[in-house]
Amino acid sequence: MNLQDLPEFKKLVRRKWQVSILLTVIMLVIYFGFILLIAFDKQFLARSIGRNLTLGLPIGIGVLISAWLLTGVYTYWANRVHDSRISDIKKKIGK
Amino acid sequence: MTVTLILLQGVTNTVNPFAIAMFFCFVSITLYITWWAARRTKTSSDFYAANRNITGYQNGFALAGDYMSAASFLGIAGMVSLRGFDGLIYSIGFLVGWPLLIFLIAEPLRNLGKYTFSDVVAYRLRQKPVRIASATGSLITIAFYLIAQMVGGGSLINKLFGLSYGSSVVIVGCVMMTYVLFGGMLATTWVQIIKAFLLIGGATIIVLLTLYRFGFNPIALCQAAVDRYGISVVSPGSYISNPWDALSLGMALMLGTAGLPHILMRFYSVPDARQARKSVFVATGLIGYFYILTFFIGFGAMMLVGQEAITAGGDKGGNMAALMLANSTGGPGFMGIIAAVAFATILAVVAGLTLSGASTISHDLFTSVIRKGIIDEKGEVKVAKRATIVLSMIAIILGLLFRDQNVAFMVGLAFAIAASANFPALILSITWRGFTTWGAVFSILTGVVLAVVLIILSPTVWVDIFHYQNPVFPLKNPAIISMPAAFIAGYIGSVLNPEPEAELKFEEEKIRTHLGIGAH
Repeated sequence: MNLQDLPEFKKLVRRKWQVSILLTVIMLVIYFGFILLIAFDKQFLARSIGRNLTLGLPIGIGVLISAWLLTGVYTYWANRVHDSRISDIKKKIGK
Repeated sequence: MTVTLILLQGVTNTVNPFAIAMFFCFVSITLYITWWAARRTKTSSDFYAANRNITGYQNGFALAGDYMSAASFLGIAGMVSLRGFDGLIYSIGFLVGWPLLIFLIAEPLRNLGKYTFSDVVAYRLRQKPVRIASATGSLITIAFYLIAQMVGGGSLINKLFGLSYGSSVVIVGCVMMTYVLFGGMLATTWVQIIKAFLLIGGATIIVLLTLYRFGFNPIALCQAAVDRYGISVVSPGSYISNPWDALSLGMALMLGTAGLPHILMRFYSVPDARQARKSVFVATGLIGYFYILTFFIGFGAMMLVGQEAITAGGDKGGNMAALMLANSTGGPGFMGIIAAVAFATILAVVAGLTLSGASTISHDLFTSVIRKGIIDEKGEVKVAKRATIVLSMIAIILGLLFRDQNVAFMVGLAFAIAASANFPALILSITWRGFTTWGAVFSILTGVVLAVVLIILSPTVWVDIFHYQNPVFPLKNPAIISMPAAFIAGYIGSVLNPEPEAELKFEEEKIRTHLGIGAH
């Protein structure tokens, strides 16, 4: 049997892309959601939240922080789960 | 896209001794590192990839150093100081490409390639056409980015150090050539790391000195700014008025980051995919933190320097705002130090660009296309070094040629080309079994040609530079058309001329992509 037909390998590849695509979609939704607000509904971001502050400030800073947190989520998952799956497969095939 | 620092006007022309002392300090240390690195740079793997011995943390700092240009420091801080919230939109765009890099690209890129991202695109395709196309995409991206940095750097140094523009450009060109030529990737990496420390440290101190005046309360700073300039400084303004412009710019910034050759090249300097991943996490944190700092530097300058004073010298982009704030919070000595940090930033970024350009020429064009992969170690390093010298000369000449030109649009163009030519081909080759040689060539050429032609016809060049009444293409950034077009061209090319061998090789490639078996 070829290595690429190994069920563990197929599962590894599937999981990797599931996680990657899910996180990519979350990032795209957050970022383009923000851009679409700027493009089509500036008033929403200009809404007041307390003296001299607008909703745009926490949202904007939040987008910046979310980008970093998402890379953290991916790194955490990959270090904890993905890497050990890789080394299991490598052990199994003796590499 | 006006973020780039352009012609800096209205700064004091007096020579600042602190700036000069600090600058000499930086250059001496980095040249010492270059000397140290030169003795460890013998093989092509040393020259292009620092013998893959850089750790994830170090590479994270180096990635941040490569990415945070003087344009984003001075340009974004200036933009925030004059337009408030709108400046934040750019910072966000510059950061959100990084998560995509880690989710989709960093690990496969590290496992499949050797020295350049073209290695990945060409992995299972016909070398010659794909290498030529993808080297074209790389070199054009690098050229526009380099012109913007050289011209911006030349005028900055001209103003800060009292040197003539011409000699500033020559100094930048020669110092960065020394780093790359003798120290290769190892020296360039340490230059980036030191620069990242200096830039982030300097920006942190400016923000702390600013917040000290506001009881260390960032909210109080924003509130004070609104009291003085009105609610518009914390609301999205008129800067991006056309919704399609906003979307197109957003795409270019986000996906362009994932297609910048000098950034992609850094992933080969770490030992494996795990370290590559870690380095993106570190870099994203550093860059995100830095952009939050620039936001507060902008508001600090708005309050403590004042918008009137920032634009008083005719500097419409506010490029000197950060330095003026450093002056008003820490005095001329501190301003001199920050000016030297900005100089170091320019040096580091052009060194990274030159190294990646030299690798493209020697590894992708000379070694893979002309010599068909048959070349000895010494020969390849020799070609890479010659390419470095030629590229440095070209950078100096371009810097002199584009003097006093409005080069602000060139960073936007570099990102648009990276998003349209490099990113689609890279992602298709990693993920799509049916991707073929024709597909790659079609996709890259479509991306390059459309991005360049549309930006010439756009308001940024057609109206602002050629002074025609109306633009032929209505948007300021072409990515919304050129990026999807490149994907479609990649699909059409692949379907028109299928390549069964490439499809078969995809299975073998998958093992290497995911397990790293056989990776360099």
